Amino acid sequence: MAQDKTKVGFVYVGPVGDGGWTYEHDQGRLAVVEHFGDAVETVFVENVAEGPDSERVMTQMALDGADLIFTTSFGYMDPTINVAAKFPNVKFEHATGYKRADNVSTYSARFYEGRAVQGHIAGKMTESNIIGYIGSYPIPEVIRGINSAYIHAKKVNPDVEFKIVWAYTWFDPAKEADAAKVLIDQGADVVLQHTDSTAPQAAAQEAGNVITFGQASDMAEYAPKPRVSSIIDNWAPYYIARTQAVIDGTWESMDTWDGIGPGMVGIGEITDAVPADVKAEAIALRDAIASGEYHPFTGPLKKQDGSDWLAEGEVADDGTLAGMNFYVEGLDGEIPQ
Amino acid sequence: MDLSAINPVLLLAALLAAATPILLAATGELIAEKAGVLNLGVEGMMITGAICGFATAVETGSPLLGFAAAAVGGAALSLLFAFLTQVALANQVASGLALTLFGLGLSALLGQSYVGVKPPRMEDVNFGPLADIPLIGRIFFQHDLVLYLGVVLVASVWAFLKYTRSGLILKAVGENHDAAHALGYKVVRIRTLAIMFGGACAGAGGAYISLVRVPQWTEGMTAGVGWIALALVVFASWKPWRVLLGAYLFGGITQLQLNLQGAGVAIPVEYLAMSPYIITIVVLVLLSADKAQAPASLGRTFHASQ
Repeated sequence: MAQDKTKVGFVYVGPVGDGGWTYEHDQGRLAVVEHFGDAVETVFVENVAEGPDSERVMTQMALDGADLIFTTSFGYMDPTINVAAKFPNVKFEHATGYKRADNVSTYSARFYEGRAVQGHIAGKMTESNIIGYIGSYPIPEVIRGINSAYIHAKKVNPDVEFKIVWAYTWFDPAKEADAAKVLIDQGADVVLQHTDSTAPQAAAQEAGNVITFGQASDMAEYAPKPRVSSIIDNWAPYYIARTQAVIDGTWESMDTWDGIGPGMVGIGEITDAVPADVKAEAIALRDAIASGEYHPFTGPLKKQDGSDWLAEGEVADDGTLAGMNFYVEGLDGEIPQ
Repeated sequence: MDLSAINPVLLLAALLAAATPILLAATGELIAEKAGVLNLGVEGMMITGAICGFATAVETGSPLLGFAAAAVGGAALSLLFAFLTQVALANQVASGLALTLFGLGLSALLGQSYVGVKPPRMEDVNFGPLADIPLIGRIFFQHDLVLYLGVVLVASVWAFLKYTRSGLILKAVGENHDAAHALGYKVVRIRTLAIMFGGACAGAGGAYISLVRVPQWTEGMTAGVGWIALALVVFASWKPWRVLLGAYLFGGITQLQLNLQGAGVAIPVEYLAMSPYIITIVVLVLLSADKAQAPASLGRTFHASQ
């Protein structure tokens, strides 16, 4: 049978208009459409709850003839593996997870590299020495970000303290705004977020003298302040390459984890609200990470309980980072299990 | 752990604001259900109100006009539900679910050019010297008009149901639509008005999220508040003051648990995160020991010939 169009499906955890995480995945999808034109057909389903509901959506996509399915949230991990087992001829790509199969690849970006740059700016700019952090779920990806930001904030400001609030949602603007307000009420003048909407930016703007960073997307509409920089996910090259591999028949299960160097993580423009010297340091840090000269998790580092983790000059291995479930020394509070 | 970081005054003030969207939507739904109509489209009407209100406020520069437009938008969308269930006699559950899906899609479409736009700020009501009273001033007298209207709305709905003839008729329609019809009351007309009232309240509740609490427009930004409002009506045994209590409990504990997390209190975060749901339900269930019943005709289709 002549193979006509290659069909590529995308499963999104939020709406494409969230202005953050899902928005950037959809930009990647649009890049695929533009690159391949009529040779490829894409479909997407947005607002898919993590868990059993996502399994139904993926199954439907596979039954509808999708050749390649990108499942773009951590909580789709087990559903992806389950559905993939039922459709051995369909290729699956799961974002930010760690379970693979013959027809399941995983891919993620080294967001923690961007968190290092944010931590540096945050540590330099905070006056109250309290940095608020809105977490989504206590999963390795989020914990890595907290650790990376904390290490680099602490490095430039030994008095810095992190207040962490778990929202238990990726996308709920009202709750995200509430979390930001609570942190600001408790003295934070920098708010970092690992949730997907721009609501914390709006809350910070309302409060006045607070700075924030765009998450997953540039969120430039809140520049130059509160948003002073951002982490931008760039999935387009990866999505195009993997679609091409399916068309060529060269697709293989693999694990991709790229950072600032290969361009999967971008640092959004650092605005003039940041003093020039801090901006220069942040850019130098970004470039050092991009070139591989510096790794954000370089020893000496201890775990929260005081036990040794990395010796002087040692860098963390990817296995430990991928499953990270501990705070580094100095952070307060426990990680919800 | 540093409990001193929590400011109880700010916490209480935030509670009132956090509860208002749920309060408005639930009060509207209460009237619809008292008339015997189960409208599961609250979430859809809220999000439609959120974008109608946001767009109008941005275009006119007046948040109050925005709220008016949100109420109109929510009521207009609810007319679709009224047509399906009261005229076409469609199933109420299915129609309500469809209304939510439709409202989410419609609002995303309407809102495309409003992403990233900053709305005009809703001014606080000027209470003069009252606002300067220590503690009490900050908690009660530094809010926007809609927050107070929400409380007035609950009081009015309570008085309407308890003391007015129209309120009695509304309840009669909800308890036994055949008997009400036999007495000469216009069941379909009364229900349509109740549905529109519910839609208007839900729309205003949605606009409270997009204009006051967040304030911005993001697709799907109500994120399930409509469902909480629906559940609240049931757990409040269809009583207005219990809806108020439930909304304040839910809003308050949500704020409190975020505050406790920020202060690093030694309670596992999972328990804190689920506490608003559990405590609200437990309190309202304990209160409803008086066996208040659902309106007897709730969710049933009415046709004059049957």
